[in-house]
Amino acid sequence: MNTTVISRVQAEFAEAITETREFRGDLSFRVRPEALLELVEFLRTDAELSYNFLENLTGVDYLGRDPRFEVVYHMLSHKNRHRVCLKVGLPEHRPHVATLTGIFPTANYQERETFDMYGIIFEGHPSLQRILMPEDWIGHPLRKDVPLGYEEVAFTINEQQVYERKTFAEE
Amino acid sequence: MTILSIPSPREITQPALDGKQGTMVLNMGPHHPSTHGVLRLVVELDGETVVNVAPDIGYLHTGIEKTVESKTYQKAVVLTDRMDYLAPLSNNLGYVMAVEKLLQCEVPARAQVARVLLAELTRIGSHLIWLGTHVLDLGATSMFMYGFREREQILDIFELVSGARMMTSYFRVGGLAYDLPTEFPATVQEFLNQMPARIDEYDGLLTNNPIFLERMVGVGKLNAEDALALGVTGPALRATGVAWDLRKDMPYTGYETYEFNVPIAQNGDNFDRYIVRMAEMRESVKIVQQALNRLLDLGPGPYITTDRKIAPPPKSEITHSMESLIHHFKLWTEGFKPPIGDAYVAVESPRGEFGCYIVSDGSPKPYRCHFRTPSFVNLQALPHMGRGCLVADLVTLIATLDPILGDVDR
Repeated sequence: MNTTVISRVQAEFAEAITETREFRGDLSFRVRPEALLELVEFLRTDAELSYNFLENLTGVDYLGRDPRFEVVYHMLSHKNRHRVCLKVGLPEHRPHVATLTGIFPTANYQERETFDMYGIIFEGHPSLQRILMPEDWIGHPLRKDVPLGYEEVAFTINEQQVYERKTFAEE
Repeated sequence: MTILSIPSPREITQPALDGKQGTMVLNMGPHHPSTHGVLRLVVELDGETVVNVAPDIGYLHTGIEKTVESKTYQKAVVLTDRMDYLAPLSNNLGYVMAVEKLLQCEVPARAQVARVLLAELTRIGSHLIWLGTHVLDLGATSMFMYGFREREQILDIFELVSGARMMTSYFRVGGLAYDLPTEFPATVQEFLNQMPARIDEYDGLLTNNPIFLERMVGVGKLNAEDALALGVTGPALRATGVAWDLRKDMPYTGYETYEFNVPIAQNGDNFDRYIVRMAEMRESVKIVQQALNRLLDLGPGPYITTDRKIAPPPKSEITHSMESLIHHFKLWTEGFKPPIGDAYVAVESPRGEFGCYIVSDGSPKPYRCHFRTPSFVNLQALPHMGRGCLVADLVTLIATLDPILGDVDR
Protein backbone atom coordinates (compact mmCIF):
# COMPACT_ATOMS: atom_id res chain seq x y z
CA MET A 1 0.00 0.00 0.00
CA ASN A 2 2.83 2.41 0.84
CA THR A 3 4.18 2.34 -2.72
CA THR A 4 0.74 3.06 -4.22
CA VAL A 5 0.26 6.04 -1.93
CA ILE A 6 3.76 7.33 -2.63
CA SER A 7 3.35 7.13 -6.40
CA ARG A 8 -0.11 8.72 -6.35
CA VAL A 9 0.93 11.56 -4.06
CA GLN A 10 4.24 12.13 -5.85
CA ALA A 11 2.43 12.36 -9.18
CA GLU A 12 -0.04 14.95 -7.91
CA PHE A 13 2.05 16.91 -5.42
CA ALA A 14 5.66 16.59 -6.56
CA GLU A 15 6.28 20.25 -5.69
CA ALA A 16 4.68 20.24 -2.26
CA ILE A 17 6.35 17.13 -0.83
CA THR A 18 9.82 17.84 0.49
CA GLU A 19 10.52 14.42 1.97
CA THR A 20 9.02 10.95 1.81
CA ARG A 21 10.01 8.53 4.51
CA GLU A 22 9.20 4.97 5.43
CA PHE A 23 10.19 4.07 8.97
CA ARG A 24 9.14 0.82 10.67
CA GLY A 25 6.56 0.34 7.92
CA ASP A 26 4.93 3.71 8.54
CA LEU A 27 4.70 6.16 5.69
CA SER A 28 5.22 9.86 6.27
CA PHE A 29 5.39 12.90 4.04
CA ARG A 30 6.93 16.24 4.86
CA VAL A 31 4.68 18.87 3.29
CA ARG A 32 5.05 22.58 2.60
CA PRO A 33 2.56 24.39 4.87
CA GLU A 34 0.88 26.23 1.98
CA ALA A 35 0.03 22.94 0.23
CA LEU A 36 -1.36 21.17 3.30
CA LEU A 37 -5.06 21.82 2.80
CA GLU A 38 -4.95 20.76 -0.82
CA LEU A 39 -3.10 17.54 -0.02
CA VAL A 40 -5.44 16.63 2.85
CA GLU A 41 -8.45 17.27 0.65
CA PHE A 42 -6.91 15.11 -2.08
CA LEU A 43 -6.14 12.25 0.33
CA ARG A 44 -9.65 12.42 1.73
CA THR A 45 -11.66 12.63 -1.49
CA ASP A 46 -9.59 10.41 -3.78
CA ALA A 47 -11.63 7.28 -4.41
CA GLU A 48 -8.66 4.93 -4.31
CA LEU A 49 -6.87 6.38 -1.26
CA SER A 50 -9.90 7.63 0.72
CA TYR A 51 -8.25 8.73 3.96
CA ASN A 52 -11.58 9.49 5.55
CA PHE A 53 -10.55 9.80 9.19
CA LEU A 54 -8.23 12.23 10.94
CA GLU A 55 -6.82 10.17 13.78
CA ASN A 56 -4.29 12.33 15.44
CA LEU A 57 -3.00 15.86 15.29
CA THR A 58 -0.17 17.12 17.42
CA GLY A 59 2.90 19.30 17.51
CA VAL A 60 6.58 18.73 18.16
CA ASP A 61 9.15 21.33 19.14
CA TYR A 62 12.59 20.76 17.61
CA LEU A 63 14.35 23.56 19.46
CA GLY A 64 17.53 24.62 17.70
CA ARG A 65 16.48 23.24 14.36
CA ASP A 66 15.02 25.13 11.44
CA PRO A 67 12.03 24.97 11.04
CA ARG A 68 11.61 24.76 14.79
CA PHE A 69 8.05 23.46 15.05
CA GLU A 70 6.38 20.58 13.37
CA VAL A 71 2.69 19.76 13.22
CA VAL A 72 2.04 16.06 12.76
CA TYR A 73 -1.16 14.69 11.25
CA HIS A 74 -2.14 11.03 11.14
CA MET A 75 -4.81 10.17 8.62
CA LEU A 76 -6.51 6.82 8.44
CA SER A 77 -8.23 5.11 5.56
CA HIS A 78 -10.96 2.81 6.80
CA LYS A 79 -11.29 1.37 3.32
CA ASN A 80 -7.62 0.41 2.85
CA ARG A 81 -6.85 0.01 6.56
CA HIS A 82 -3.85 2.19 6.06
CA ARG A 83 -2.38 5.11 7.92
CA VAL A 84 -0.41 8.00 6.52
CA CYS A 85 1.48 10.66 8.42
CA LEU A 86 1.86 14.26 7.24
CA LYS A 87 4.38 16.61 8.79
CA VAL A 88 4.47 20.35 8.37
CA GLY A 89 7.52 22.33 9.45
CA LEU A 90 6.82 25.78 10.88
CA PRO A 91 9.25 28.61 11.69
CA GLU A 92 10.07 29.78 15.21
CA HIS A 93 8.68 33.26 14.59
CA ARG A 94 4.88 33.28 14.31
CA PRO A 95 4.33 29.61 13.48
CA HIS A 96 1.06 29.39 11.61
CA VAL A 97 -0.67 26.86 9.39
CA ALA A 98 -4.16 26.54 7.92
CA THR A 99 -6.77 24.85 10.08
CA LEU A 100 -8.24 21.48 9.15
CA THR A 101 -11.52 22.12 10.99
CA GLY A 102 -13.24 22.87 7.68
CA ILE A 103 -12.45 19.39 6.40
CA PHE A 104 -12.36 17.40 9.63
CA PRO A 105 -14.34 18.97 12.51
CA THR A 106 -12.44 16.63 14.84
CA ALA A 107 -9.37 18.81 14.36
CA ASN A 108 -11.05 21.44 16.55
CA TYR A 109 -9.96 20.23 20.00
CA GLN A 110 -6.70 18.79 18.78
CA GLU A 111 -5.67 22.06 17.16
CA ARG A 112 -6.70 23.95 20.27
CA GLU A 113 -4.51 21.63 22.31
CA THR A 114 -1.56 22.11 19.96
CA PHE A 115 -2.06 25.88 20.14
CA ASP A 116 -2.24 25.70 23.92
CA MET A 117 0.89 23.60 24.25
CA TYR A 118 3.07 25.09 21.49
CA GLY A 119 1.58 28.43 20.50
CA ILE A 120 1.09 27.32 16.92
CA ILE A 121 -1.59 29.43 15.21
CA PHE A 122 -4.15 27.54 13.15
CA GLU A 123 -5.48 30.13 10.76
CA GLY A 124 -9.22 30.08 10.31
CA HIS A 125 -9.93 28.03 13.44
CA PRO A 126 -13.37 29.01 14.80
CA SER A 127 -12.30 29.33 18.45
CA LEU A 128 -8.57 29.10 18.92
CA GLN A 129 -8.42 29.37 22.70
CA ARG A 130 -6.57 27.53 25.40
CA ILE A 131 -8.15 24.21 26.21
CA LEU A 132 -6.16 22.39 28.90
CA MET A 133 -4.21 25.20 30.55
CA PRO A 134 -6.00 28.02 32.43
CA GLU A 135 -7.13 30.90 30.23
CA ASP A 136 -4.74 33.38 31.86
CA TRP A 137 -1.70 31.12 31.59
CA ILE A 138 1.39 32.74 30.10
CA GLY A 139 3.56 30.68 27.78
CA HIS A 140 3.20 27.33 26.08
CA PRO A 141 4.21 24.49 28.41
CA LEU A 142 5.29 21.78 25.96
CA ARG A 143 7.87 24.01 24.26
CA LYS A 144 11.35 22.73 24.93
CA ASP A 145 12.52 26.06 26.39
CA VAL A 146 9.92 25.84 29.17
CA PRO A 147 11.43 24.05 32.15
CA LEU A 148 9.62 21.29 34.01
CA GLY A 149 8.07 23.00 37.02
CA TYR A 150 7.77 21.64 40.51
CA GLU A 151 6.32 22.48 43.91
CA GLU A 152 8.74 23.01 46.74
CA VAL A 153 7.96 20.58 49.56
CA ALA A 154 7.83 22.00 53.07
CA PHE A 155 9.37 19.97 55.90
CA THR A 156 9.44 20.89 59.58
CA ILE A 157 13.07 21.94 59.23
CA ASN A 158 12.37 24.52 56.53
CA GLU A 159 8.62 25.18 56.42
CA GLN A 160 9.04 28.78 57.52
CA GLN A 161 11.32 29.63 54.61
CA VAL A 162 9.30 27.59 52.08
CA TYR A 163 5.98 29.16 53.04
CA GLU A 164 7.50 32.62 52.80
CA ARG A 165 8.46 31.92 49.18
CA LYS A 166 5.09 30.59 48.16
CA THR A 167 2.60 32.91 46.55
CA PHE A 168 -0.39 31.86 48.66
CA ALA A 169 1.44 33.05 51.77
CA GLU A 170 1.20 36.62 50.57
CA GLU A 171 -2.56 36.63 50.09
CA MET B 1 -20.41 22.95 8.45
CA THR B 2 -22.23 25.01 11.05
CA ILE B 3 -24.04 21.97 12.40
CA LEU B 4 -20.79 20.37 13.49
CA SER B 5 -19.45 23.42 15.29
CA ILE B 6 -17.81 22.63 18.59
CA PRO B 7 -18.19 25.73 20.76
CA SER B 8 -15.75 26.86 23.41
CA PRO B 9 -17.26 27.92 26.79
CA ARG B 10 -16.57 31.55 26.00
CA GLU B 11 -18.80 31.41 22.93
CA ILE B 12 -21.75 30.75 25.22
CA THR B 13 -20.86 32.89 28.23
CA GLN B 14 -19.84 36.01 26.30
CA PRO B 15 -23.21 36.69 24.58
CA ALA B 16 -24.94 36.18 27.94
CA LEU B 17 -22.61 38.67 29.61
CA ASP B 18 -23.23 41.10 26.77
CA GLY B 19 -26.92 40.97 27.60
CA LYS B 20 -28.35 38.27 25.34
CA GLN B 21 -31.95 37.67 26.40
CA GLY B 22 -34.27 34.73 26.11
CA THR B 23 -31.96 31.91 27.12
CA MET B 24 -30.34 30.97 30.39
CA VAL B 25 -26.73 29.99 30.82
CA LEU B 26 -26.24 27.24 33.36
CA ASN B 27 -22.98 26.01 34.76
CA MET B 28 -22.89 22.25 35.25
CA GLY B 29 -19.88 20.98 37.08
CA PRO B 30 -16.92 20.73 37.46
CA HIS B 31 -18.09 19.25 40.77
CA HIS B 32 -21.24 17.52 39.66
CA PRO B 33 -21.90 13.84 40.32
CA SER B 34 -23.20 13.15 36.82
CA THR B 35 -20.14 14.48 34.98
CA HIS B 36 -18.04 11.45 36.03
CA GLY B 37 -15.09 13.51 37.10
CA VAL B 38 -14.23 17.15 36.83
CA LEU B 39 -15.97 18.07 33.61
CA ARG B 40 -17.55 21.50 33.45
CA LEU B 41 -20.36 22.04 30.98
CA VAL B 42 -21.56 25.49 30.07
CA VAL B 43 -25.14 24.92 29.00
CA GLU B 44 -27.39 27.41 27.25
CA LEU B 45 -31.01 26.62 28.03
CA ASP B 46 -34.36 27.60 26.66
CA GLY B 47 -36.66 26.40 29.36
CA GLU B 48 -35.54 22.84 29.84
CA THR B 49 -34.24 22.39 26.31
CA VAL B 50 -30.53 22.58 25.62
CA VAL B 51 -29.78 25.22 22.96
CA ASN B 52 -26.03 24.86 23.09
CA VAL B 53 -23.49 23.17 25.30
CA ALA B 54 -19.75 23.57 25.58
CA PRO B 55 -17.46 21.32 27.59
CA ASP B 56 -14.78 23.12 29.56
CA ILE B 57 -11.92 20.79 30.29
CA GLY B 58 -8.44 20.90 31.75
CA TYR B 59 -9.28 20.64 35.47
CA LEU B 60 -7.35 17.39 35.66
CA HIS B 61 -4.49 18.41 33.42
CA THR B 62 -1.31 17.10 35.00
CA GLY B 63 1.14 17.58 32.15
CA ILE B 64 1.78 13.90 31.60
CA GLU B 65 3.20 14.51 28.11
CA LYS B 66 5.70 16.99 29.52
CA THR B 67 6.65 14.68 32.37
CA VAL B 68 7.24 11.75 30.01
CA GLU B 69 9.92 13.79 28.25
CA SER B 70 11.98 13.80 31.43
CA LYS B 71 11.65 10.07 32.21
CA THR B 72 13.40 7.14 30.63
CA TYR B 73 11.28 4.92 28.41
CA GLN B 74 10.71 2.32 31.14
CA LYS B 75 9.85 4.82 33.85
CA ALA B 76 7.22 6.50 31.68
CA VAL B 77 5.06 3.34 31.73
CA VAL B 78 3.94 4.33 35.22
CA LEU B 79 2.52 7.62 33.94
CA THR B 80 0.36 5.96 31.31
CA ASP B 81 -1.69 4.19 34.02
CA ARG B 82 -2.82 7.52 35.30
CA MET B 83 -4.51 8.78 32.16
CA ASP B 84 -7.48 6.49 31.70
CA TYR B 85 -7.53 5.16 35.22
CA LEU B 86 -10.31 2.69 34.43
CA ALA B 87 -8.28 1.07 31.66
CA PRO B 88 -4.67 1.30 32.81
CA LEU B 89 -3.59 -1.82 30.94
CA SER B 90 -4.90 -0.56 27.60
CA ASN B 91 -2.81 2.58 28.06
CA ASN B 92 0.23 0.51 29.05
CA LEU B 93 -0.29 -1.58 25.95
CA GLY B 94 -0.43 1.35 23.55
CA TYR B 95 2.64 2.94 25.03
CA VAL B 96 4.86 -0.14 25.24
CA MET B 97 3.86 -1.16 21.72
CA ALA B 98 4.96 2.24 20.40
CA VAL B 99 8.35 1.86 22.11
CA GLU B 100 8.66 -1.73 20.90
CA LYS B 101 7.96 -0.51 17.38
CA LEU B 102 10.81 1.97 17.65
CA LEU B 103 13.11 -0.70 19.05
CA GLN B 104 11.84 -3.44 16.71
CA CYS B 105 11.66 -5.65 19.75
CA GLU B 106 10.16 -9.15 19.67
CA VAL B 107 7.72 -9.99 22.44
CA PRO B 108 7.51 -13.64 23.58
CA ALA B 109 4.29 -15.54 22.90
CA ARG B 110 3.40 -15.95 26.57
CA ALA B 111 3.54 -12.19 27.08
CA GLN B 112 1.47 -11.57 23.95
CA VAL B 113 -1.29 -13.88 25.14
CA ALA B 114 -1.21 -12.44 28.65
CA ARG B 115 -1.47 -8.96 27.18
CA VAL B 116 -4.58 -9.84 25.22
CA LEU B 117 -6.11 -11.56 28.22
CA LEU B 118 -5.50 -8.68 30.59
CA ALA B 119 -6.46 -6.01 28.07
CA GLU B 120 -9.81 -7.72 27.60
CA LEU B 121 -10.32 -8.04 31.36
CA THR B 122 -9.63 -4.31 31.50
CA ARG B 123 -12.32 -3.75 28.90
CA ILE B 124 -14.86 -5.72 30.93
CA GLY B 125 -13.88 -3.88 34.09
CA SER B 126 -14.14 -0.51 32.43
CA HIS B 127 -17.50 -1.30 30.88
CA LEU B 128 -18.78 -2.48 34.28
CA ILE B 129 -17.94 0.89 35.80
CA TRP B 130 -19.56 2.60 32.86
CA LEU B 131 -22.69 0.48 33.26
CA GLY B 132 -22.88 1.01 36.99
CA THR B 133 -22.42 4.77 36.93
CA HIS B 134 -24.57 5.24 33.86
CA VAL B 135 -27.52 3.42 35.36
CA LEU B 136 -26.91 5.24 38.63
CA ASP B 137 -27.34 8.49 36.71
CA LEU B 138 -30.75 7.24 35.67
CA GLY B 139 -31.65 6.58 39.28
CA ALA B 140 -31.10 2.84 39.66
CA THR B 141 -28.70 2.24 42.53
CA SER B 142 -28.51 -1.53 42.60
CA MET B 143 -26.78 -1.92 39.23
CA PHE B 144 -23.91 0.17 40.55
CA MET B 145 -23.34 -2.36 43.32
CA TYR B 146 -23.48 -5.30 40.92
CA GLY B 147 -21.04 -3.63 38.55
CA PHE B 148 -18.57 -2.97 41.31
CA ARG B 149 -18.96 -6.49 42.68
CA GLU B 150 -17.79 -8.03 39.40
CA ARG B 151 -15.12 -5.41 38.86
CA GLU B 152 -13.73 -6.31 42.27
CA GLN B 153 -12.91 -9.78 40.92
CA ILE B 154 -11.09 -8.23 37.98
CA LEU B 155 -9.15 -5.93 40.28
CA ASP B 156 -8.23 -8.95 42.38
CA ILE B 157 -6.78 -10.57 39.24
CA PHE B 158 -4.80 -7.40 38.52
CA GLU B 159 -3.56 -7.40 42.09
CA LEU B 160 -2.57 -11.01 41.72
CA VAL B 161 -0.41 -10.38 38.65
CA SER B 162 1.00 -6.95 39.37
CA GLY B 163 0.54 -6.23 43.06
CA ALA B 164 -1.58 -3.18 42.31
CA ARG B 165 -5.32 -2.95 41.82
CA MET B 166 -5.55 0.04 39.55
CA MET B 167 -2.14 1.50 38.70
CA THR B 168 -0.80 -1.79 37.47
CA SER B 169 2.10 -0.80 35.14
CA TYR B 170 2.22 -4.48 34.33
CA PHE B 171 3.12 -4.33 30.65
CA ARG B 172 6.74 -3.37 30.18
CA VAL B 173 8.75 -2.71 27.06
CA GLY B 174 9.54 -6.19 25.74
CA GLY B 175 6.91 -8.14 27.67
CA LEU B 176 5.54 -8.21 31.20
CA ALA B 177 6.87 -6.92 34.49
CA TYR B 178 6.75 -10.33 36.20
CA ASP B 179 5.67 -13.80 35.27
CA LEU B 180 2.04 -14.78 35.81
CA PRO B 181 1.52 -16.42 39.21
CA THR B 182 0.56 -20.11 39.38
CA GLU B 183 -2.93 -19.43 40.75
CA PHE B 184 -3.65 -17.06 37.85
CA PRO B 185 -5.43 -19.50 35.47
CA ALA B 186 -7.75 -20.81 38.17
CA THR B 187 -8.70 -17.31 39.32
CA VAL B 188 -9.46 -16.14 35.79
CA GLN B 189 -11.42 -19.33 35.07
CA GLU B 190 -13.54 -18.79 38.16
CA PHE B 191 -14.35 -15.28 36.97
CA LEU B 192 -15.13 -16.53 33.46
CA ASN B 193 -17.49 -19.17 34.81
CA GLN B 194 -19.53 -16.53 36.60
CA MET B 195 -19.45 -13.63 34.18
CA PRO B 196 -21.81 -14.72 31.34
CA ALA B 197 -24.62 -15.39 33.80
CA ARG B 198 -23.97 -12.06 35.46
CA ILE B 199 -24.25 -10.22 32.13
CA ASP B 200 -27.54 -12.03 31.58
CA GLU B 201 -28.67 -10.68 34.95
CA TYR B 202 -27.87 -7.10 33.92
CA ASP B 203 -29.67 -7.71 30.67
CA GLY B 204 -32.72 -8.92 32.57
CA LEU B 205 -32.58 -5.91 34.87
CA LEU B 206 -32.21 -3.24 32.21
CA THR B 207 -32.72 -4.11 28.57
CA ASN B 208 -36.52 -4.42 28.72
CA ASN B 209 -37.12 -2.05 31.59
CA PRO B 210 -39.68 0.54 30.35
CA ILE B 211 -38.29 3.39 32.47
CA PHE B 212 -34.81 2.64 31.24
CA LEU B 213 -35.94 2.43 27.61
CA GLU B 214 -37.79 5.74 27.89
CA ARG B 215 -34.58 7.49 28.78
CA MET B 216 -32.46 5.67 26.23
CA VAL B 217 -34.21 4.94 22.96
CA GLY B 218 -34.01 7.72 20.41
CA VAL B 219 -32.15 10.07 22.76
CA GLY B 220 -28.81 11.59 21.79
CA LYS B 221 -28.69 10.41 18.21
CA LEU B 222 -25.47 10.54 16.27
CA ASN B 223 -25.20 9.38 12.67
CA ALA B 224 -22.23 7.62 11.14
CA GLU B 225 -21.14 10.51 8.93
CA ASP B 226 -21.06 13.01 11.80
CA ALA B 227 -19.39 10.51 14.12
CA LEU B 228 -16.54 10.00 11.64
CA ALA B 229 -16.22 13.74 11.00
CA LEU B 230 -16.05 14.39 14.74
CA GLY B 231 -13.41 11.71 15.20
CA VAL B 232 -15.56 9.52 17.42
CA THR B 233 -14.12 6.03 17.98
CA GLY B 234 -14.93 2.99 20.04
CA PRO B 235 -18.41 1.81 21.09
CA ALA B 236 -19.88 5.25 20.35
CA LEU B 237 -18.80 4.93 16.71
CA ARG B 238 -19.85 1.29 16.40
CA ALA B 239 -23.30 2.20 17.72
CA THR B 240 -23.75 4.33 14.59
CA GLY B 241 -23.25 1.31 12.32
CA VAL B 242 -19.59 1.69 11.45
CA ALA B 243 -17.90 -1.65 12.09
CA TRP B 244 -14.48 -0.20 12.85
CA ASP B 245 -12.52 -1.97 15.54
CA LEU B 246 -8.74 -1.78 15.54
CA ARG B 247 -8.54 -5.26 17.04
CA LYS B 248 -10.24 -6.59 13.93
CA ASP B 249 -9.23 -4.13 11.22
CA MET B 250 -5.62 -3.38 12.09
CA PRO B 251 -4.81 -6.25 14.48
CA TYR B 252 -2.01 -6.07 17.02
CA THR B 253 -0.68 -8.45 19.71
CA GLY B 254 -2.13 -11.36 17.76
CA TYR B 255 -5.80 -10.33 17.89
CA GLU B 256 -6.21 -11.75 14.38
CA THR B 257 -5.85 -15.26 15.82
CA TYR B 258 -8.79 -14.91 18.23
CA GLU B 259 -12.37 -15.53 17.31
CA PHE B 260 -14.69 -12.70 18.21
CA ASN B 261 -17.32 -10.47 16.65
CA VAL B 262 -17.43 -6.71 16.48
CA PRO B 263 -20.88 -5.77 17.82
CA ILE B 264 -22.52 -2.88 16.01
CA ALA B 265 -25.90 -1.15 16.13
CA GLN B 266 -27.62 1.15 13.68
CA ASN B 267 -29.33 4.11 15.34
CA GLY B 268 -26.46 5.70 17.26
CA ASP B 269 -28.65 6.64 20.21
CA ASN B 270 -28.08 6.07 23.91
CA PHE B 271 -29.67 2.66 23.80
CA ASP B 272 -27.44 1.49 20.94
CA ARG B 273 -24.33 2.59 22.75
CA TYR B 274 -25.57 0.59 25.73
CA ILE B 275 -26.30 -2.47 23.58
CA VAL B 276 -22.89 -2.32 21.89
CA ARG B 277 -21.02 -2.15 25.19
CA MET B 278 -23.06 -5.00 26.66
CA ALA B 279 -22.29 -7.15 23.62
CA GLU B 280 -18.62 -6.16 23.82
CA MET B 281 -18.44 -7.52 27.34
CA ARG B 282 -19.68 -10.88 26.11
CA GLU B 283 -17.17 -10.85 23.26
CA SER B 284 -14.39 -9.97 25.69
CA VAL B 285 -15.35 -12.91 27.88
CA LYS B 286 -14.94 -15.11 24.78
CA ILE B 287 -11.51 -13.66 24.02
CA VAL B 288 -10.35 -14.06 27.63
CA GLN B 289 -11.41 -17.72 27.55
CA GLN B 290 -9.48 -18.33 24.33
CA ALA B 291 -6.44 -16.53 25.66
CA LEU B 292 -6.57 -18.51 28.90
CA ASN B 293 -6.73 -21.82 27.03
CA ARG B 294 -3.82 -20.71 24.88
CA LEU B 295 -1.84 -19.73 27.94
CA LEU B 296 -2.35 -23.20 29.44
CA ASP B 297 -1.35 -24.82 26.13
CA LEU B 298 1.80 -22.71 25.91
CA GLY B 299 2.99 -23.67 29.35
CA PRO B 300 5.77 -21.85 31.16
CA GLY B 301 8.14 -19.77 29.08
CA PRO B 302 9.82 -16.39 28.92
CA TYR B 303 7.50 -13.51 29.79
CA ILE B 304 9.80 -10.74 28.64
CA THR B 305 12.23 -10.42 25.76
CA THR B 306 15.61 -12.03 26.29
CA ASP B 307 17.34 -9.05 24.70
CA ARG B 308 19.41 -7.84 27.63
CA LYS B 309 19.75 -4.40 26.11
CA ILE B 310 16.01 -3.85 26.61
CA ALA B 311 14.86 -6.01 29.50
CA PRO B 312 16.83 -6.58 32.71
CA PRO B 313 18.26 -10.05 33.40
CA PRO B 314 16.64 -12.19 36.12
CA LYS B 315 17.88 -11.50 39.62
CA SER B 316 19.42 -14.96 39.93
CA GLU B 317 21.81 -14.23 37.07
CA ILE B 318 23.01 -10.99 38.55
CA THR B 319 24.63 -12.67 41.54
CA HIS B 320 27.05 -14.72 39.45
CA SER B 321 27.33 -13.11 36.02
CA MET B 322 29.33 -9.93 35.62
CA GLU B 323 27.74 -9.22 32.24
CA SER B 324 24.23 -9.45 33.69
CA LEU B 325 25.20 -7.04 36.44
CA ILE B 326 26.47 -4.58 33.84
CA HIS B 327 23.27 -4.91 31.84
CA HIS B 328 21.17 -4.37 34.94
CA PHE B 329 23.23 -1.37 35.94
CA LYS B 330 23.10 0.18 32.47
CA LEU B 331 19.34 -0.33 32.18
CA TRP B 332 18.42 1.22 35.51
CA THR B 333 20.91 4.07 35.43
CA GLU B 334 20.70 5.01 31.78
CA GLY B 335 17.99 3.01 30.02
CA PHE B 336 17.91 1.86 26.42
CA LYS B 337 18.25 4.09 23.40
CA PRO B 338 15.80 3.56 20.53
CA PRO B 339 17.06 4.70 17.11
CA ILE B 340 16.18 8.17 15.83
CA GLY B 341 12.70 8.23 14.37
CA ASP B 342 9.06 8.36 15.28
CA ALA B 343 6.26 5.83 15.62
CA TYR B 344 2.52 5.95 16.03
CA VAL B 345 0.67 3.00 17.47
CA ALA B 346 -3.07 2.80 18.05
CA VAL B 347 -4.90 0.25 20.17
CA GLU B 348 -8.59 -0.24 20.83
CA SER B 349 -9.08 0.85 24.41
CA PRO B 350 -12.51 0.41 26.04
CA ARG B 351 -13.35 4.00 25.09
CA GLY B 352 -12.02 3.94 21.54
CA GLU B 353 -8.75 4.48 19.79
CA PHE B 354 -5.87 5.10 22.15
CA GLY B 355 -2.92 6.31 20.11
CA CYS B 356 0.64 6.91 21.16
CA TYR B 357 3.02 8.98 19.07
CA ILE B 358 6.65 8.86 20.17
CA VAL B 359 9.56 10.79 18.72
CA SER B 360 12.97 9.43 19.59
CA ASP B 361 16.14 11.51 19.23
CA GLY B 362 18.35 8.53 20.04
CA SER B 363 18.60 9.36 23.75
CA PRO B 364 17.24 7.18 26.60
CA LYS B 365 14.32 9.57 27.09
CA PRO B 366 11.45 10.17 24.65
CA TYR B 367 11.92 13.47 22.83
CA ARG B 368 8.19 13.84 22.47
CA CYS B 369 5.35 11.59 23.48
CA HIS B 370 1.80 12.41 22.51
CA PHE B 371 -1.21 10.45 23.63
CA ARG B 372 -4.24 10.52 21.40
CA THR B 373 -6.80 9.69 24.02
CA PRO B 374 -10.27 8.52 23.01
CA SER B 375 -12.17 10.46 25.68
CA PHE B 376 -10.63 13.78 24.61
CA VAL B 377 -11.61 13.37 20.97
CA ASN B 378 -14.99 11.73 21.65
CA LEU B 379 -16.03 14.58 23.94
CA GLN B 380 -16.27 16.82 20.87
CA ALA B 381 -19.43 14.97 19.87
CA LEU B 382 -21.24 16.11 23.02
CA PRO B 383 -22.31 19.59 21.78
CA HIS B 384 -23.58 18.08 18.55
CA MET B 385 -25.53 15.35 20.31
CA GLY B 386 -26.70 17.56 23.15
CA ARG B 387 -28.37 20.34 21.17
CA GLY B 388 -32.12 20.06 21.36
CA CYS B 389 -32.30 17.49 24.13
CA LEU B 390 -33.43 18.04 27.71
CA VAL B 391 -31.04 18.88 30.55
CA ALA B 392 -31.81 15.56 32.20
CA ASP B 393 -30.87 13.76 28.98
CA LEU B 394 -27.55 15.56 28.87
CA VAL B 395 -26.64 13.51 31.94
CA THR B 396 -27.42 10.29 30.07
CA LEU B 397 -25.48 11.52 27.06
CA ILE B 398 -22.31 12.09 29.06
CA ALA B 399 -22.74 8.65 30.58
CA THR B 400 -23.15 6.81 27.29
CA LEU B 401 -20.29 8.73 25.68
CA ASP B 402 -18.27 7.51 28.68
CA PRO B 403 -15.47 10.06 28.93
CA ILE B 404 -12.91 9.58 31.68
CA LEU B 405 -11.59 12.95 32.71
CA GLY B 406 -8.12 11.70 33.47
CA ASP B 407 -8.08 10.51 29.88
CA VAL B 408 -9.43 13.82 28.57
CA ASP B 409 -7.01 16.10 30.38
CA ARG B 410 -3.91 13.96 30.77
